[in-house]
Amino acid sequence: MNIHEYQAKELFEKFGVAVPKGVAVRSVAEFEGALAKIDTAGGIMVKSQIHAGGRGKGTFTDGFKGGVKFSPTKEKALENAKAMLGNTLVTAQTGPEGRKVQTIYFTEAANLGKRPDGRDDEYYLAILLDRATSCPVIVASTEGGMEIEHVAHHTPEKIFKVQVDPAVGLQAYQARQIAFALGFSGDLFKQCVTLVTKLYHFYWEKDCAMVEVNPLLVTKEGKLLALDAKVSFDDNALFRHPDVVALRDLNEEDAKEIEASKYGLSYIALDGNIACLVNGAGLAMSTMDIIQHFGGSPANFLDVGGGATKDQVTAAFKIILGDANVKGILVNIFGGIMDCNVIATGIIEAVKETGLKLPLVVRLEGNNVEAGKATLAASGLTIVSGDSMADAAQKIVKLVNHK
Amino acid sequence: MSILVKEDTRILVQGITGDFGARHARLSLDYGSQVVAGVTPGKGGQVFEHAGKKVPIFNTVAEAAKQTGATVSAIFVPPPFAADAILECFDADLDLAVAITEGIPVRDMVRAKRAMAGRRTRLIGPNCPGLVTPGRGDKSSGGCRIGIAPGYIHKRGNVGVVSRSGTLTYEAVWQLTCRGKGQSTCVGIGGDPVNGTSHLDVIKLFNDDPETEAIIMIGEIGGNAEVEAARWIKQHCKKPVAGFIAGATAPAGRRMGHAGAVIGGAEDTAAAKIKIFQECGISVAATPSDMADALLRIWKG
Repeated sequence: MNIHEYQAKELFEKFGVAVPKGVAVRSVAEFEGALAKIDTAGGIMVKSQIHAGGRGKGTFTDGFKGGVKFSPTKEKALENAKAMLGNTLVTAQTGPEGRKVQTIYFTEAANLGKRPDGRDDEYYLAILLDRATSCPVIVASTEGGMEIEHVAHHTPEKIFKVQVDPAVGLQAYQARQIAFALGFSGDLFKQCVTLVTKLYHFYWEKDCAMVEVNPLLVTKEGKLLALDAKVSFDDNALFRHPDVVALRDLNEEDAKEIEASKYGLSYIALDGNIACLVNGAGLAMSTMDIIQHFGGSPANFLDVGGGATKDQVTAAFKIILGDANVKGILVNIFGGIMDCNVIATGIIEAVKETGLKLPLVVRLEGNNVEAGKATLAASGLTIVSGDSMADAAQKIVKLVNHK
Repeated sequence: MSILVKEDTRILVQGITGDFGARHARLSLDYGSQVVAGVTPGKGGQVFEHAGKKVPIFNTVAEAAKQTGATVSAIFVPPPFAADAILECFDADLDLAVAITEGIPVRDMVRAKRAMAGRRTRLIGPNCPGLVTPGRGDKSSGGCRIGIAPGYIHKRGNVGVVSRSGTLTYEAVWQLTCRGKGQSTCVGIGGDPVNGTSHLDVIKLFNDDPETEAIIMIGEIGGNAEVEAARWIKQHCKKPVAGFIAGATAPAGRRMGHAGAVIGGAEDTAAAKIKIFQECGISVAATPSDMADALLRIWKG
């Protein structure tokens, strides 16, 4: 689960991680009151709140440029905020349809310091799971304010990593290693050790999947601040964090994915025109692959889980049919434990209930498969049977491409 | 032989009184597996009955192991309590803990994996279909079935199968069985980012198992476990290996059902893994329908 920047920073503050002071609002009427709560003397940052990166370089659909803007005066901040709120922001990560901005975050503009060599005093800090070691890893770099993938590719020596032993947690010497690696000394060194320690505490206590601060910066006044904050949580751990669940913004999620999750379905929309309905994540991924292998284009990932009940199949068909691009459906079920005849009956009922008119190829395998195939054949519906995954994929591709 | 479990391996089931655990305990008993104990805290002394068989229930794993000689646990405990169930197996010094449970928090697994270091118990999973060593009876009955795989699709033989995914494993097993090729042991290691046993761990066991003559390794996008295994195979494996990687069409940054199946960088895409498989001498299946045939192209059985 992802949250907005302003929510992440509110959590940072609770855990003692220093951030620029800010106020989030959802309506124009609240703008003036919000600006009165922060110090605007040094200028104001006006930040669109959407769950996607690249906001600063983004463009709104009405042509207004920049989803994050420095505003020297209150008047300019109000003007920028009014242009952003309710507008749709398109960034490199949103796709062409963009995201509607429903919250504006005003923050005090930080007075960015300079290093002795004249470069901006910006750093990078992130905490996430290292899959290779199954331990949390803290990633730090002196190259803040740019894409970390770029830094890792071109100057890997500027990426510093500390692996945390989950048995004992982050140790003081490790926080010091990071502060030394970033080149800090004196008071900034102490600030960095504190910030890293508190950020790790937040990451661990709140079951975060990832915490990323880019940039972490030093102001002219010598304060270390988390200027941006990107936080995602482990969905499996949300049951023990009701305060985090309360931060969920359904406006930022795909409506069809939310609907699917109500029926225990895992659904992800893609660009193609052949929908698929499969039991099991690995088989679902490879069903998408085999559609493409035979010249088709998958419209979605859809895993119905271990079983495939009539209600689930009906709900899945309705979600699939909500995608206007879909021109055909491939059902691929390996009914290992479940009776294929029960699954076949469920498919027939779902076809009738949804009034499905598109080509449908069903590949059933497993327990009582002959009876299942016979039930499909006797249904009077135009359901094409596939004998193997390859056979079924070829059949649906042919039906869709030659229509 | 086989790996990890044999026909006579004695199994206990944690969560045997829940719907999920009970259903699969019954299926394992029907398959002929030696389910000898159940564990549900607070229900010790009760008995789980199925088809004339009586399985005693204990309060703790240690007690169940001591009383019945069970050496392996199948864990069907709900996610909030599953890591605790895994740790209890380590404490009881079982040979093997097989965690079927899906949806365990990553932090719980990070701690459990750390606690596993230095213990004798091996963990398989979590979020996995379990493992099967097929039997020699009708439709492979009499084998050791731990977890949720359908038993009857197997056939006893000489191919080792290792995979993250459940249904994709069944697909490979069924393709082998339909072509008359049996399996030594089929292991589902699970789809989570933190798991107890890796592809490589299982490949090493197959390499040392005299009954296993050939191997099918099924992987997916995300992480570097398949790559690690492939490089080891190139250097050390004495047996022919076929492979398949799922997720060629998955978009970057989207998690595909399995918690671990997400493309994070250039190295963990399907294309990158397939290229490394080929460089390491693994026969790559072009489609999931081609898994058994990919093996049979390099191994005549």
